[in-house]
Amino acid sequence: MNVIACIKRVPDSAARIRPAADGKSINAAGVKFVTSPFDELALEEALRQRDEAGEGTVTAISVGPPECADILRSALALGADEAVLLSRGEEHRLDPVMAAGALAEEIRECAFDLVLTGKQAIDDEGGQAPALLAEALGVPFAPAAVALTVEDGRAVARREVEGGLEILEFDLPAVVSVDKGINLPRYPNLKGIMAAKRKPLEVKEAAGRSTGRLELVALEEPPPKGAGRILGEGPDAARELAHVLREEESLI
Amino acid sequence: MSWSTLAFAQVSQAVVNGTAREVVTVARGIAQAGGGETTALVWGPGGAAEAGRELVGFGADKVYCCELPGLEWRQPDLAAVTVAKLIKEVGYRVVVFPSTARGADVAARTAALLSAPMASNVVSWELVDDTLEVVRPVFAGRATATVRLSGGPVLITVRSNVFSPRPAQGAGVVETMAVEASSAEGRRGVRVTGFEEGRRDRLSVGEAPIVVSGGRGLGGPENWGLIEDLAEALGPDAALGASRAVVDAGWRPHDEQVGQTGKTVSPNLYIAVGISGAIQHLAGMRTSKRIVAINRDPRAPIFGVADYGVVGDVFEVLPALTEAVREVREGG
Ligand SMILES: Cc1cc2nc3c(=O)[nH]c(=O)nc-3n(C[C@H](O)[C@H](O)[C@H](O)COP(=O)(O)OP(=O)(O)OC[C@H]3O[C@@H](n4cnc5c(N)ncnc54)[C@H](O)[C@@H]3O)c2cc1C
Ligand SMILES: Nc1ncnc2c1ncn2[C@@H]1O[C@H](COP(=O)(O)O)[C@@H](O)[C@H]1O
Repeated sequence: MNVIACIKRVPDSAARIRPAADGKSINAAGVKFVTSPFDELALEEALRQRDEAGEGTVTAISVGPPECADILRSALALGADEAVLLSRGEEHRLDPVMAAGALAEEIRECAFDLVLTGKQAIDDEGGQAPALLAEALGVPFAPAAVALTVEDGRAVARREVEGGLEILEFDLPAVVSVDKGINLPRYPNLKGIMAAKRKPLEVKEAAGRSTGRLELVALEEPPPKGAGRILGEGPDAARELAHVLREEESLI
Repeated sequence: MSWSTLAFAQVSQAVVNGTAREVVTVARGIAQAGGGETTALVWGPGGAAEAGRELVGFGADKVYCCELPGLEWRQPDLAAVTVAKLIKEVGYRVVVFPSTARGADVAARTAALLSAPMASNVVSWELVDDTLEVVRPVFAGRATATVRLSGGPVLITVRSNVFSPRPAQGAGVVETMAVEASSAEGRRGVRVTGFEEGRRDRLSVGEAPIVVSGGRGLGGPENWGLIEDLAEALGPDAALGASRAVVDAGWRPHDEQVGQTGKTVSPNLYIAVGISGAIQHLAGMRTSKRIVAINRDPRAPIFGVADYGVVGDVFEVLPALTEAVREVREGG
């Protein structure tokens, strides 16, 4: 089974985000970049599906600046067979149409059975790229899978919705986005890191254009939150809290 | 182009949930600001249409009712194809979806079908130069993006509990809309073939107006009764949440996790119990309207975002709080 894992390079979840002078991108100085957490799950699932099938390859693809090579190397170290960097500037970051377009143009040319993505990237948090990608490729889309099994070209996924779990069935090839709970990603080991050096990492110019109908006007830091009120310690403060929530706030 | 809007009102078990009222309220607001009509598309299982008529009272000028039995209403491609067809036929300028799991999914599929611009998790909107400008949190709440969506149709999903439903009288023309179940066939889609019901007695953490969340400070899963008792005392509006530390430890299920890699919530009241307030946890709850922190460490970062704090041991504070909540709620 040939599986493609789409991984995005994003600011570390603990990094402070400061808008750059243009007011539209982030100031990258001092910011550590990592693979988006849901995409780590997508990559892990890709490796497991390939190994389960007992044949095929895993290709990791990332759209972004040349530094995406770092997360692609990590993917190779974890067990991906090959990697593709679709080179693009910062403007892709908050434009899912552009990212999905670039991914679709590349993936269209591959013989793939399954494309795995994260549920959403932790920078733009759009959760749109997978659906756009599936539509562009003309294949089924299963969102936010917490479980995935494949047998004879047919897949079964589960996803959490309000009130419970839905079971989805579809034919491959397909795009599946993954949610927390689907697996626990493995850690890299020295052997993997050494092996990664001999694996192919191809760099190409990204295709995919913005529609021009979604324009980022401003990126700003959220207003700081005012200091809260410490009601005190222990059970007495707890009782006061209940009264405040009822009488001052009408929340309970 | 007029500012006619369409609200995708997801209805379940013949109940109009809060999110359906919220999307109609937003759709009505935009239509009024720009001068246009508001339509609600009620989508749900048997009995839902009846409940959906209630939305006229939130400003819907027209209500299309799509009632689909069995698992049909759960089919995401069918919903997207139906909504896309309606948008094309009538020419709505803005389409508003809830940012629930299902709402966000149908929205993304519809946007893909129509190649329409979409913004998710919107927390405010404005009409600027005859275009829709929206604000949405990005980078897990560490920044906000102002985004302009031009032309039509444009799609937005709105964050739950941010826009308070506002009663308003719409013209209220109610029609049943036939859905061609075959219309999504021919497409290579997914099929929902089963549903496993979760807890019926509690709302899910993403949509509840009150969330009681527990962290490692609870000491172990055997102590969760303390969290459940407080939620119980707060009534049916309260849902249970958890930090990733306790989910990863297997104390609580994944669907309760709040934070960067869990659910993003913005209830009216978020109560964090024995949670330190790591940035990844704050990412999922910092936009809550009111935040309460209970922690024995007065320097815990959670107090930095809390509106109200109680310093103390959960085993002493929680029982006292639960009892006091029961008293004030029963006191009327
Ligand atoms: C990529 C990434 C993604 C992540 N995503 C998430 C996410 O989605 N959600 C999330 O929550 N975390 C997430 N985390 C983890 C996060 O960094 C923290 O590790 C986690 O939130 C800590 O959980 P906690 O507050 O329950 O535990 P701790 O940090 O251990 O805090 C326990 C708190 O309980 C208090 N306490 C202890 N005993 C008592 C007592 N008896 N009475 C009162 N208070 C007591 C302590 O003072 C302490 O403040 C993520 C981390 C990474 C790297
Ligand atoms: N620039 C990118 N490079 C690689 N994958 C991406 C990129 N942007 C989005 N994706 C994939 O699409 C998923 C959803 O992204 P988004 O729609 O931006 O929230 C991510 O988790 C990735 O798997």
